[in-house]
Amino acid sequence: MLRKKECVAMLLAGGQGSRLFALTSNIAKPAVSFGAKYRIIDFPLSNCINSGIDTVGVLTQYQPLVLNEYVGNGQPWDLDRTFGGVHILSPYEAKKDTSWYKGTANAIYQNIRFMKMYDPEYVLILSGDHIYKMDYDKMLAAHKAANADCTIACMKVPMKEASRFGILNTNPDGTIYEFEEKPKQPKSDLASMGIYIFTASKLFKYLELDEADPNSEKDFGKNVLPAMLNAGEKMYSYRFEGYWKDVGTISSLWEANMDLLGVVPNFELADRERVIHSRSPLAPPAFVEGEVVNSIVATGGEIEGKVVNSVVGTNCIIEKGAEVIDSVLMGNIVVKAGAKVNYAIVDEEVVIGEKAQIGADREEALKLDSKTAGIAVLGRGVTVSKGGKVAAGDIVDKNV
Amino acid sequence: MASTVGVIFSSINEENVPELTKVRSIGSIPYGGRYRLVDFALSNMVNSGITTVGMITKNNYQSLMDHLGSGKDWDLARKQGGLILLPPYSDDSEILYKNRLEALKGATAFLRKATEDFVVLADSDAVYKLDYSKVIAAHIENNADITLVYHEHEVKKSHYYMTFDTANDGRIISIDINPVAGGMQKNYINVMVARTSFLVRLIQDAIQHGYTSFGKDILSPGVKNLKIYGYKFDGYYKAISSLNEYFDANMDLLDKNVRQEIFGDRDVYTKVNDSSPAKFTESAKVKNSLISDGCLIEGTVENCILYRGVKVGKGSVVKNCIIMTDNIVGENCKLSFVVSDKNSVIRDGRVLAGCEVQPYFINKGSLI
Repeated sequence: MLRKKECVAMLLAGGQGSRLFALTSNIAKPAVSFGAKYRIIDFPLSNCINSGIDTVGVLTQYQPLVLNEYVGNGQPWDLDRTFGGVHILSPYEAKKDTSWYKGTANAIYQNIRFMKMYDPEYVLILSGDHIYKMDYDKMLAAHKAANADCTIACMKVPMKEASRFGILNTNPDGTIYEFEEKPKQPKSDLASMGIYIFTASKLFKYLELDEADPNSEKDFGKNVLPAMLNAGEKMYSYRFEGYWKDVGTISSLWEANMDLLGVVPNFELADRERVIHSRSPLAPPAFVEGEVVNSIVATGGEIEGKVVNSVVGTNCIIEKGAEVIDSVLMGNIVVKAGAKVNYAIVDEEVVIGEKAQIGADREEALKLDSKTAGIAVLGRGVTVSKGGKVAAGDIVDKNV
Repeated sequence: MASTVGVIFSSINEENVPELTKVRSIGSIPYGGRYRLVDFALSNMVNSGITTVGMITKNNYQSLMDHLGSGKDWDLARKQGGLILLPPYSDDSEILYKNRLEALKGATAFLRKATEDFVVLADSDAVYKLDYSKVIAAHIENNADITLVYHEHEVKKSHYYMTFDTANDGRIISIDINPVAGGMQKNYINVMVARTSFLVRLIQDAIQHGYTSFGKDILSPGVKNLKIYGYKFDGYYKAISSLNEYFDANMDLLDKNVRQEIFGDRDVYTKVNDSSPAKFTESAKVKNSLISDGCLIEGTVENCILYRGVKVGKGSVVKNCIIMTDNIVGENCKLSFVVSDKNSVIRDGRVLAGCEVQPYFINKGSLI
């Protein structure tokens, strides 16, 4: 019997994420820790399985080691399947031509054979660097109902930020008449979320055309979508209402983490309808002795110090007299006695020595002119010696 | 290590903790925030390199099966071996097994099929970390027929304990069943090692003789003609044979040394659940407590073990309590020395108190 999948998802996870600096020195952006126990890729993968999509290609390129190990056979997301499931798709050597992924469109193009194995009607293209919960099945239903060739998920953004996004100019019926990639003078505030559903035959056709075009940058936003529009294909916008955050910068990553705090947070993780699955660690519950206020704490922690307005990842040890304020601690971090961590993002496996000072008061730090909005950043595996100092806004990836 | 098969009794000694075993087997009693008691014996087996484990069940094993699933969380979902459930086997009598010997009789088919040289039998009513491969090494060195693991501690009450005396070389010279309370004793912790073929013969023989008790009819008289050795385990060991002991064993985890011994070094495997991280609000005050994933703390919590998904409302003060999965404690409640089983709701303003020697127990799914 021929077997097929109605919809296959392709997740673009190859980007370096250079605006996350030290956090992505050794790992791809989708593998960056988020929200105490998750990694960014948990969100699109969980959205897929929660939307009934069980076939996902994850396209990796930059530093894929941690990501590959994390995704593994896909079991944490119920994506370990005999037919379908999650597959890591790295660039490969071919008989005629060996090449890295040259752009988002080229990455998908190089994996046309993977998609065709499942003979899909539709292909869903996703990014690996957004925090949100979305039912792709509803978007697919809209795509089918409109008999569209391509549907682009979009949401309203503040007009003054619109020039940072791909902007959709739409007719009242939702059809798109113009697509502008990061326009200087945006005509609308509908930003593309980088989530596309294509009717598979159209996608394959335009990817092949794009590949043959020597002038193309092989990018969906810049080349493929405008080409489809120019050719008169039916392109629809799909309005998403809800929380969505691009965590491509230090400050947006910090904000998204802070959005998890509070009794009624901006973004709710404790959602039993749409569970965010992750490779949950085996650690015992967190031991809490100190003062923990307006914060979230993952398992395995030993918290004897003070934690305020912070996100504390798995297996963190915060010793007596240590303080963590307005900060994101990713996992396996030791903050020794008397150390102060203030307005900082601290990557995994970091040791902060006794009485060390990381960052500064948020109010003060915000006044600084820095690449990170004043947030101090400690990269993976860094050790800060006893009494060491890391100033607000500094990015550190070597021992201090 | 020598090839070994494991057998776990998930349903023995349940009468000791009727409160907690009314709705489940003893092995699936929740413990320590996110675990079930069976996780300890099972993780010990996995961490000892045992990859085939037979799990003897009795009645009410739905919750146990739900917990164990295919065994994948213990890396025991295997093509060869892995976790094998051994539900009660009844021939013509239509009565479920009443004792360990009858339970083992039901497992003989499994044991006969096993190609492993050695077998470890363990109960699932205790919290401890023991590398069984060391017991097997001692068993081989002593050229023993049977090795029984013991832990030295004071016996407060007779809990179907078996104690024994050993000679200098570790050989057991006498076995005392249901001993009178008092003093330091070498207490059998229901972990036994034997050659698989030897155990099968022993069970066969017992059936033919119409024996009913493994301890009284086989081990106790066996000290004369069998080589039965003791293996001393001197780590942390707590069997759950009353609600009080259950309370104490949970509270022991607030001691850093116990936590490190039980959870450090090697993992304790358990069913993985994707709860969100624990949340502490502006009004949260937490001291000396274990807080699991999915908790939402708005009140005061001291000296407590909070399991997954517990909510403690504003103004509530919860002290010296064990609050199991998905309990909701409303606002302005006062709880002290309470053990609340899963899924219960404690309404706003309730004041509930037990005491150190007699915790107040709330049944699963209660509304108070």
